[in-house]
Amino acid sequence: MTVKKEKLVLVGNGMAGVNAVEHLLKLAPDKYEVTIFGSEPHPNYNRILLSYVLSGDSKVEDIVIHPYEWYATNNITLYTNQTVTSIDTVTQTVTSDKGLTVSYDKLILATGSNPFMIPLPGADKEGVMAYRTIRDCEIMIESAKKYKKAIVIGGGLLGLEAARGFLNLGMKVDVVHIVDTIMERQLDRTASKMLQAALEEQGIHFLLEKQSAEIIGDKRVTGLKFKDGTVAEADLIVMAVGIRPNVALAKEAGVECNPGIIVNDYLQTNVPNVFAVGECAMHRGIAYGLVAPLYEQGAVLAKHLAGVETGPYEGSILYTKLKVSGVDVFSGGQFVDAEGTKAIRIHDEFTGVYKKVVIKENKIIGAVLFGDTADGTRLMQMIREETDISGMSKTSILTDSGGGSGGAASGVADMKNDAIICGCNGVTKGTICSAIRDQGLTTVDEVKNCTTASRSCGGCKPLVSDLLAFTLGDSYDKNAAKETICGCTTHTRDEVVAAIRDKGLSNVREVMNVMAWKNEEGCSKCRPALNYYLGMISPETYKDDSTSRFVNERMHANIQKDGTYSVVPRIYGGVTNPTELKRIAEVAEQFNVPTVKFTGGQRLDLLGVKKEDLTAMWEALDMPSGYAYGKALRTVKTCVGETFCRFGTGDSMAVGIELEKRFERLNTPAKVKLAVSGCPRNCAESGIKDLGVVSVDGGWELYAGGNGGVKVRVGDLLATVKTEQEIIEYTEAYLQYYRETGKYGERTSEWVHRVGIEHVREVVMNEEERKQLCERMDKALSVTQDPWKQAIDSKKIQRDLYEVVEIK
Amino acid sequence: MKTQAEQVVWVQAVSYEDLAFNTGKTIRYQDEEVALFKLRSGKLQAIQNRCPHKEGVLAEGIVCDDHVFCPMHDRKIHLPSGLVQAPDTGCVKTYHTRVDDEGTIYIGFPTSEEMAC
Repeated sequence: MTVKKEKLVLVGNGMAGVNAVEHLLKLAPDKYEVTIFGSEPHPNYNRILLSYVLSGDSKVEDIVIHPYEWYATNNITLYTNQTVTSIDTVTQTVTSDKGLTVSYDKLILATGSNPFMIPLPGADKEGVMAYRTIRDCEIMIESAKKYKKAIVIGGGLLGLEAARGFLNLGMKVDVVHIVDTIMERQLDRTASKMLQAALEEQGIHFLLEKQSAEIIGDKRVTGLKFKDGTVAEADLIVMAVGIRPNVALAKEAGVECNPGIIVNDYLQTNVPNVFAVGECAMHRGIAYGLVAPLYEQGAVLAKHLAGVETGPYEGSILYTKLKVSGVDVFSGGQFVDAEGTKAIRIHDEFTGVYKKVVIKENKIIGAVLFGDTADGTRLMQMIREETDISGMSKTSILTDSGGGSGGAASGVADMKNDAIICGCNGVTKGTICSAIRDQGLTTVDEVKNCTTASRSCGGCKPLVSDLLAFTLGDSYDKNAAKETICGCTTHTRDEVVAAIRDKGLSNVREVMNVMAWKNEEGCSKCRPALNYYLGMISPETYKDDSTSRFVNERMHANIQKDGTYSVVPRIYGGVTNPTELKRIAEVAEQFNVPTVKFTGGQRLDLLGVKKEDLTAMWEALDMPSGYAYGKALRTVKTCVGETFCRFGTGDSMAVGIELEKRFERLNTPAKVKLAVSGCPRNCAESGIKDLGVVSVDGGWELYAGGNGGVKVRVGDLLATVKTEQEIIEYTEAYLQYYRETGKYGERTSEWVHRVGIEHVREVVMNEEERKQLCERMDKALSVTQDPWKQAIDSKKIQRDLYEVVEIK
Repeated sequence: MKTQAEQVVWVQAVSYEDLAFNTGKTIRYQDEEVALFKLRSGKLQAIQNRCPHKEGVLAEGIVCDDHVFCPMHDRKIHLPSGLVQAPDTGCVKTYHTRVDDEGTIYIGFPTSEEMAC
C-alpha cells in the first residue's frame, strides 16, 4: 500500500522558499507533492547576482540556481508568471490570478518583498523604476542604449551596485543620498568616506544630504528636483531606498502581520499549516533582507516539515560584502562604537586599508573592513561563537588572516553542520564536508564544481579552503591547490610549462601521463591550455591537436547561439577596396547570409552560415581567415592618419597593415587586439588595446595591457620609439614575452597587472633579451599557415570537421 | 519481452574508418539530429545533438574520456548515459550504435516516443 503524499504549496519562486523546498526534498523526498507559484517568468534565480548581470559580468542564464529541469526531476509542479491572489485558510486552498485553485496540506508563504517607491510628485513618469527583478535589469540595460544620464536615489548597498552597473553600461550616474555618508547602515564614517572616494574615482558622482522633492519632465523624466531647490538632470531614475515585506496576500487571508508576516522560531504563522520564510517573514521583530539568514530559516523550516528533529531558529548575525564595485568592503555584527565598547583599528592611508574590530566584554561583536577583507569570514566566525579574546594579542586578531594553518581551520571545526558556508547558493558545511569525503575532493575548484559553493560571488572561497584543510588535514596544500590549471591536476601552470621544457614532452596525452593527471583525457579547461603551451614551446615541431581546441578554433569560425557560424575575412588594418568589398557582397548573396555586420574591430562579419557551407564559402571568398574566433591576433584597428586626417602626424594605416600582416595567425594565451592612432587624439582607441600605438611628435608611443572589455583597463606606457621598424621590434618582444609567461586564458591586461609593467618594460628595453624574444617570435611565425586555405585543400579536414550526414 | 531490435530502426550512417577520433559528427535523420563520437578507446557513442541547457551543439564539444563538454556554457555530459554532470542537471537522449562487418556504422532510432531520458 502506498501512503498518500501530503500537498505542499509554496507561494513565491524566490531564493528563500525554493531553498527550503530543496532542503525538504533531500530530507523527505517522498513525503510531499510540491507545487510552486512564481510571479516572474523565470525559474528560481539568484537575485543577489543581478548586479553582475547589470554590470555585464554575467548573463541571466548564469544566475539561475534551479533550472527548469530541476523542477521536473524532482516532480515539482511549477507555475511561473502566475501570481497567487487569495488564500482560503478554511478549505486550505490557494487561487491564482489565472483562476487556478490548488489545495494544500501545508502552505509556505515566501512572497519576498517589494522595492519601496518614494511617493514623489512625478514618480509615475516614464523612466522611473525600481531595481529588483530580472525585468528591471533588462529595462536598465535597454535604457542605457538610448539614454545617457541616470540618477540612483539611495546610497545603500543596492543603490551603489546599480550605480556601478550604469557606469559599466556607459552612462553617467549620480547617487543621491539623504545623509552625508553612504552605506551608513553597514559602514562607519571612516570606511564610508573611503568607499565614497574610491567610487568617485571610478566615476560615480555623489549628491549627499539631498532630499528629493519632485521628479520633473513631461511624459518621460528629465530630472530630479531637491528640497533645496537645486535640480539634477536625468533620463532614468532608479529608486533603491529599501524594501518592504510583501504581505498583502497574507494579510487578506487573516495571517498576522506587523509589518512582516509574524513567525515563531519554527517559521509558523498564527494560522495552522501556514508557514512563512524569507524577506516577507518577521521573526522576533526582524525582517531579514540578506540571504544567509533566509537560508538558515529555510533549513529549520525544512527539517520541521520533514519531521526531522531540529533546534529553533533563533535569529542571525548580519554581515555584508559590497559586490561589483571593485572595492573590497565587509561589515558584520555591531560595528558602530557605543558605550561599553572598545575598538581595534588599523588605518593605512598609503595602501587604502582600514580595519576595525569592535569589542565588548572581551568578545568581538562587530567588524568593518575596507580594502582588505580577507579577515571577514574569520571575524564573523569569532562574532558568532562569541570567542573570548582576553588571552589573544590585540593586533593578532586583525593580522591572522590565512597565516597559521590551525587558526582559521579550527574556526570551521566548531561550526555546526547546517551552517551556511556559501550564502549565494545556500551550501552548508555538512554538504561540503561530505562531498570532500565521499568524492575525494582536494581543491576549492572541485568543491565548487560538485556543490556549487563559491560558484557565484566567490566570497566564501577562504572558508571552503578552510573546510578542505579541516577535512583533509595535512594532505591539503592550500597554496598549491589555488593555482592548479584545473581540477584534473595538482600542478600549476609554471610547473607544467617547466616539465614540458625539461622533459621534452611532445603531446597533450604525454603531459597528462607524465604529470599523473587524474582524468586520463583531462577536461575542457586543461586540454586547450596544454595544447597552447606545447605549441608555444616547440612551434616548429609540435603538431597542433584540434581535439584540444574550443569549437571556434577547431572550426575556424565563430559558433553562434543557434549553432550557425559567422565568418570574418582578414582585412588588414581595416583597409579594403571595391573589388574585395564586391566579392564579400557576392559571397554573402551566394550563401544567403542573413546578416552582414561590422565587428568591433572594423571588419565585416558574415553571420548565420551553416557549418556545411563554411569551406565552400571560404573558397569563394578567397581571402585569409580574420581569426575573429581565436586566442590569437584579432585585428589591428587604425584611424586614417596622416594620409587623410588634418591632424595626423603618423601613417597609422600603413603601420597597422604591417603589424597585422606580421602577427596574423599567431597563437597567444588569450585574444590580442592592437590599434594604431595617427596622432594623440587617438581615434583608434589605442589606450584600451593589448598593444596600442600612438603617433606623437617625433616618434611613436606604445601602450601595453589595455582592455576595453568587461573590465576596462587603460594601457601603461611601455616604450617610446622613433621608427616604424622599432614598433615592430618592440611589439615582437612584448607579445613573445606574453606568450611565454602568460597563463592560458589570461588577457594582457591581467598579465601586465600580475607581473607588473616595470618588469615588462625592463625585459623589452633590454637589448639582448629583446633580440632573443624577437628570434623566438620569428620561429613561431615562420610555421603558421592559413587554416581556411588548409581546409579548402584537404578533403580529410572537410570530412572530419564540416561534413553533416543527412540520412534520407 | 521485446528486444532492442524491435524498438528501433537501424539507419546506416558513416563508415567507422571515416570517423575521426574524439571529433563529433553531425547526423540528421528525419526530425532528429545526432552527435556521433568515436572515442579514443574506439568505442562509439551517439547522443542527441543539443545541450538541454541552451541547445549548444554537442557534436562541436571537446571530448574527454567518455564525456563531452558543451561548447556553449561548458556543461559536462556523460556520453553513455546522456546525463548532465553535477553541479548541473538534466540529460540528453542517447542512441544505440552498431558496426557491421564492412565497417559501416548504424544508429538505432527509436520507433516510439519511449526513448525519453
